[in-house]
Amino acid sequence: MRKLHKTIGTLVAGWTFLVAGPAVASELQEHARTPSALEQMVRQDCGSCHGLTFKGGLGSPLLPENLENYSVEDLSSIILDGLPGTAMPPWRAIISESEAAWMARYLKTGGSK
Amino acid sequence: MSRFFPAKTRRSPFRPLATLIAIGAAIALNACASSPVALRGTADLATVIARASGEVAILDTSNKQFTGIIGGLGDLSHASIVYARDGRFAFVFGRDGGLTKIDILSHEIVARTLQAGNSIGGAISQDGKLVAVANYEPGGVRVFDTETLELVADIPTTIDGGPDRSKVIGLVDAPGNRFVFSLWDTGEIWIADFSAGNTPSVTRYQNIGIQPYDALITPDGRYYIAGLFGEDGMALLDLWHLQSGPQRILDHYGKGEERLPVYKMPHLEGWAIAGKRAFVPAVGRHEVLVIDTETWQEVGRIPVHGQPVFVMAHPDGRHVWVNFSVPDYDTVQIIDTQTLAIDGELKPGTGVLHMEFSPRGDQVWLSVRDDNKVVGYDPYTLKPIAELPLPSPSGIFMSDRAGRIGL
Repeated sequence: MRKLHKTIGTLVAGWTFLVAGPAVASELQEHARTPSALEQMVRQDCGSCHGLTFKGGLGSPLLPENLENYSVEDLSSIILDGLPGTAMPPWRAIISESEAAWMARYLKTGGSK
Repeated sequence: MSRFFPAKTRRSPFRPLATLIAIGAAIALNACASSPVALRGTADLATVIARASGEVAILDTSNKQFTGIIGGLGDLSHASIVYARDGRFAFVFGRDGGLTKIDILSHEIVARTLQAGNSIGGAISQDGKLVAVANYEPGGVRVFDTETLELVADIPTTIDGGPDRSKVIGLVDAPGNRFVFSLWDTGEIWIADFSAGNTPSVTRYQNIGIQPYDALITPDGRYYIAGLFGEDGMALLDLWHLQSGPQRILDHYGKGEERLPVYKMPHLEGWAIAGKRAFVPAVGRHEVLVIDTETWQEVGRIPVHGQPVFVMAHPDGRHVWVNFSVPDYDTVQIIDTQTLAIDGELKPGTGVLHMEFSPRGDQVWLSVRDDNKVVGYDPYTLKPIAELPLPSPSGIFMSDRAGRIGL
């Protein structure tokens, strides 16, 4: 029994390691933002270009009806890697993949978390 | 008036604010156009945008407190303010196309129009009679009578005569009752000249560079300079010698170097000129560029804490202050304009969005968005002189802008 626990422990540790990935990602995980911090970031920092109400600005509008044709994965990848040729920057250095997915879901559902 | 917004009694930024809004509403109800306003000047007053709540607070920099707040201004997520030439009335440009004329003494809305779907800023004409708004949607510039906010002229920024329009950025006033602005999508600078009346003559300069993101005019109104996002460098138009057309400056800057992701567009309004040197934010780099304003050549690069957003000169010209984009926006750095060294640093809180000096430079006021406060400092000692709660503050605009070209 003790051995089984130990094996599970090792497996869990290994899995955590795989998910966390390289050093940058694990650093982000340690500083993972809370939902309210993420909401603040989407509203305020993304809102600098897209508008606090997501009706657009220099950046495109991000209301649910504008995002119907984009999946959460599409939007996450735009957030993380940017859109070359536009002012949309890649945020990968300061936003994790799970945070980007949270933001994508938040936008697609019109601000519900 | 100042007694109803006492800073000392306010603890939570929100609860007292609600009370104040109620008080403000009561005052607005009591006040009609002829209501008496306490007799005082406006030269020590500033307006501060509360971006999330769509309000503008009036800051009394002498008594270091807010004297009032004006709500109902719409979406102020990217908002700016210009002043009427009397320094009493101000025009608020909202993100949602709202153009509102406010009275900073009575704290009332005088006139308001929703003139477009999406706007970025505006300017007031040299004679004070026209207020122009730069619009993203529908792209173009609309010009209004400053007394009535009635539409005077509509200048759509059409692309090749088709239905599409370019977004407009970098709208400023220029001497001779002109407005100058740039087109993000098509890389143009336009001049709309209102010197002959309300029907402007429009001059277009094409191929000025890819994606101009903001622009400024020098304090003497001679040079209009647009920063480029889509390529390195800036476009310079000498308004004294228009026949020369726009010239490219700093186009060698950053060649062959990979720039960082730009998390927030730098701002060129409030361009810092100290002596014959100008200081501008580098796009996508942790640097402030130093330019000789006689030759327009780069004469220095100053490594800074993050990506600069605003680079503002102290009125005495000895220092320039720099704030930064997310994630470095907890810091403000101060550059010595003679040695080009970092001479000081402040950490006022998270989300330092804007800085504004008092006209003679005895004070500087910073908006700290995520800490919901506006903080005043003595710029010489770097000691705080006031901390005033305000939800999500952004732009701070001293009323002395009323008398300055390009602001």
